[in-house]
Formats: sequence, structure tokens, C-alpha cells
Amino acid sequence: MLKLDIFLSALANGLMTGAVYALISLGLTLVYGVLHIINFAHGATLTAAMFAVLIAHTVFGLDPYLAVFVLTPLFFALGYGVQRFVINPASHGNDSNILLVTLGLSIIIENALLAGFRSDTRSIDVPYGFSVVEVGNLFLSVPKLVAFVASFVVALLLWLLLAHTDTGKAIRAVAKEKTGAALSGVNVDHIYAVTFGLGAACLAIAACLLMPTFLVNPRIGNAFVLVAFTIVVLGGMGSIAGALVGGLIIGVVESLSGLYFGESLGQIGIFLIFILVLLFRPTGLFGAKA
Amino acid sequence: MSRQPYMPIALVVVGLALLPLGLTSNTVLNFLAFAMIITLAAQGWNILGGYGGQFSFGHAVFFGTGAYAMALLQVRFGINPWLALPLAMALGAGVGFAIGYLSFRARLRGSYFALVTLAFAEVFRISANAWGFTGGAAGVLVPLRIGAEHMQFADKRLAYWLALTFVAATLALTHALSRSRFGAHLVAVRENEEAARALGVDALAVKLKAITLSGAITASAGCLYTQKFLYLDANLAYGPWISVEALLAPIIGGLGTVFGPLVGAVVLLGLGEVTKTAFANLTGGAIPGVDLVVFGVLLILCVAYAPRGVLGLAQGWLGRLKGARP
Repeated sequence: MLKLDIFLSALANGLMTGAVYALISLGLTLVYGVLHIINFAHGATLTAAMFAVLIAHTVFGLDPYLAVFVLTPLFFALGYGVQRFVINPASHGNDSNILLVTLGLSIIIENALLAGFRSDTRSIDVPYGFSVVEVGNLFLSVPKLVAFVASFVVALLLWLLLAHTDTGKAIRAVAKEKTGAALSGVNVDHIYAVTFGLGAACLAIAACLLMPTFLVNPRIGNAFVLVAFTIVVLGGMGSIAGALVGGLIIGVVESLSGLYFGESLGQIGIFLIFILVLLFRPTGLFGAKA
Repeated sequence: MSRQPYMPIALVVVGLALLPLGLTSNTVLNFLAFAMIITLAAQGWNILGGYGGQFSFGHAVFFGTGAYAMALLQVRFGINPWLALPLAMALGAGVGFAIGYLSFRARLRGSYFALVTLAFAEVFRISANAWGFTGGAAGVLVPLRIGAEHMQFADKRLAYWLALTFVAATLALTHALSRSRFGAHLVAVRENEEAARALGVDALAVKLKAITLSGAITASAGCLYTQKFLYLDANLAYGPWISVEALLAPIIGGLGTVFGPLVGAVVLLGLGEVTKTAFANLTGGAIPGVDLVVFGVLLILCVAYAPRGVLGLAQGWLGRLKGARP
């Protein structure tokens, strides 16, 4: 049945895109869970990571799937440095200041990229960009399938890190009660910066997974960031499982409403979900307390 | 302070009104008129964000509503702009009340409030871009009909003076507000909402009043924008640029002060022009985005080193000067 096939392929595409959305949201939700603040520079950082992949490919001839091993530590270091040496000292520990500083950072990153690369949309050419595998009656794009699997692997690694390492324990301690953690000898500033670094590292991985099938321009982060906010709010601020489930739901909603109502209204569906969840269930599906 | 509290406002306004008598170049007049429009948008933001402590990241929703209402009332319904302006402001107030009612009743504040206002602005932007009534992606063109009765002025000074009149009115209004019971309640909610509630302040009503007033003022900026440029599309009216400038001007000028938005808007736009020109001269061509990079740096520097903005810095220096000379 043709109709069913179209529906199933939209569903599969939604799930695969949703997994990358989930990966992008992981960083956001992690930072929120620990610092209790929304990082407004998240989208711009993703754009920067995508441009880094582009440069790695065009200048150094590095395949995106290999670039991940260079860019992930690089972005971890960048995230760590920015939180430790810019956001933290500039905001004097005041929440609304952190909000403004991250907004300032996003304006700077986005427009520096605009000044450097102009508003042209670019993409990279990889031999496997359009390759597909046949599953039943469905043709699944290989790079999207890779992104789907890799997103879950990263989520699992992140969970292992939080659950089973000393750093993870410290992060969870700071998230719960930062004064108490500080009194037990945890360096709170360091942990904040590590969390920020992890968020940026997730974005670097997401960028490497996205670039083979996606395009980049200086404003592309905005398209992702509101989606990521929606996912984080839907899943529950600070919840990793929530980000995964929320990501998959939003990916499917976007893909199906794009199929039935056309592209531009598919986006509106996401924002309406976002506003409705914020208004009526700000704790999200998995959140404990707002 | 002084017995004539409105004296500083009167002096500043008269000074600004006299500027075009000496400076007659079109560039300067355009800059001044635009600065007044941004000031107006920022005045609206300042009442909610500066005095009320509710940081909106989506004030474009009010600016765009005012701008679109002003254009569509004229183009689609043939209403005279002088009548369309109060209607558009009322619509801005209505949108403000609706957003405020939904989000404040759901107890959204801080990051959550910033996010929800951002999302509302995006919903409006995408809708205006898709809907035929608002002209879709092609935008709306207001027909050129020069004449005071159509609020279109051949003499650029008149357009500037009209915008300045609005700015003067909002300066006086903000001053009156800051000395009123409502203003005191608003500041109390900003400083500590629980404590304000405990003292019997109806925080929801206070915040609702603030966002409604804020919506009306920022919508008036949109109206004047429409009349100045006679063209609109969704990215101009509801785009993030105006949300950012409406928020930056008060923060750079001085959050929660009467003159903050005015000072901030002039500093911001002036610096933007200087940067653009400097980079264009350096590289031999306009570079998009450099002015915004400077705005972003300025925002971070202000938060880090000048939490009371340029006005706060100036007061600090003046105080030290006086202190140095006994």
C-alpha cells in the first residue's frame, strides 16, 4: 500500500531526525539541570560546530565522521573555557545575568559567522551523502541511520558518565545542592564549566552527524534551538530520558505535520506544542518539579 | 530631589527637538528618527523588564503587531493612520495582556518567561509570513501619500518630531510610573515576588498591567516604523533584531531608569553606525553583522562591569569628581 509506505517513511525519517534533535537537546538539558539556567548560546554554538565541520572538510579534507574525534574535545575545551572565564565571572552568580550573557554570546557567535562567511548556505559533498539501505519497503538514508544510532550511543555514554564516574557524581551533587557539594570539597566552578563543556561537546558530535545530509548558514542554529527548547521543555528540564523521548516525539510530529500540512506549518506545530507545554505542564513529561 | 521633577525631561526633550535645526543632513535626520523609534520600543521593554524584572526575549511580538496593524488597517480597511495608530496600540496592549495572562498565570518567570516570549514572537513571525491577509512573504506596502493627514512627511524633521513627541510622552509616563504606587509595587515584585505577595501586593495584576502598558508602547514604535519605511515583512516586523535592540538599549543605558532606554538606544545605534563605517572603510565593502557583534560584546561588558548601564557609570564618575573636590 503506497499510502502506508509514505506514512512509514515519514515516521522513520522523523525518528531519525528526532534522534539528532535529542542529541542537541541533551546538552541543553544537562546545563539546565546543573546550572538551572537556559543557555541561549546553544543554537549559535551548534552553528559554530557545523561551520567547524565544514572547514575541517573543505580545508583539511577531513571526513565529518573522523572530524568528530577532533571537534568533540575541541568544543569541550571551548565550552569549558567560555563558562569558566566569560559567563561565570561576568554574571556575578545572578541567574538573569547568565541569561543575558549567553544571549550576548549567541549574538556575537552568530554575527561573527555572518561577517566571516556571509549569509550563503553551504553544504559538504561526501560520497555516502545519498546512499540508502532498503528495509522492507522503506529506503533509509545511511547517514541519517548512522546519526540515529550514534545519538543513542552518545546518550548512553553520557548516562554512564553521570552514573558511574566521580565527575558524574560531582555533577549530580552540584545539580542537587551546590552549597553542600562545595562543602564536601567539590569545586563548583570547575563542575559548572565541565557541564558546559559536555553540552558543547554534544553539539560538536551532533554537527558532525548532521553535516553529511544538512546545509549550514550563520542563522541555521535558530532553526534548531527553538526545537531543542521545545524538546527540553516537553521532556522535562534537566531530564536525559526526557530529552531522548521528547526529541523522538518532536522529530515525528515535525515530519508528519510536514507531510500532511506542508513544511511551514510543520514548524508552527512545534512552537504551539512548546507554548502549550510551558503553560499547562511546565514540568514536562519526565520533570519532577519546575 | 528637585521641586520640578519633570525639568530634566523637559530639558532633554527640548535639546533633542532643537537638534535638526543645526544638523540638516538626511543621514543624521534618518538616524535620529530611527533612534527615537528604537527608544520607544525600548521604553516599552524597560517598563516590564527594567522596573518589573520580567525579561522578555520576544518584544518583537508587540513591535510587529503595532507595525502590521498600522499597515493593514490602512491598506485593507482604508482607515486613516491617525486613527489606526491608537487602534494598533490598543491591539499591542491586547496582545500584551493575552501573553501576560497566559504566562504569568502559569507562574512562568526567569528563563521560562524569556523562552515563552521568544516562542510567541516566532509563532507570530511564521504566521505573518504564511498568511495571505498579512501579505505573506512578500510583505505589505503602504501606498505613498505625502501629507500630514496621512502621517507621511516630506520634511524628515516632522517625522522625527512626531517620534520625539511619543518619546517625550513615554519619558513623562515612565517618570510618573516610577513615583506611583503601581511603580513601587512593580519594583517590589522585581526584587522579591514572594515578599511582595506577603505584603499584600497582587503580583499577577501588577505584572499584567506592566506587560499591557509595555505592549502598547512597543506597538507605537512599530506604528512609527511603518509610517517611516512604508514597507513591512515578517522578518522586519517580528524578527529577532527588534527583540534584541529593545532589550539591549535599556540594559546598556540603565535598567529601570527613566532615561536608560533613550541613552542606550543612542549609544547602541551610534556605535553600530561607527562600527559599520569603520569596517567598510577598512575592508572596502560593507560587512553584515559586525555591528551586532559589537552589540553582543557591549551586552556582556555591561552585565559584567556596568550593571547600572552607561547612566550608572556616569553617575559614579560624577560622584567621584565631586568627592575629589571638597
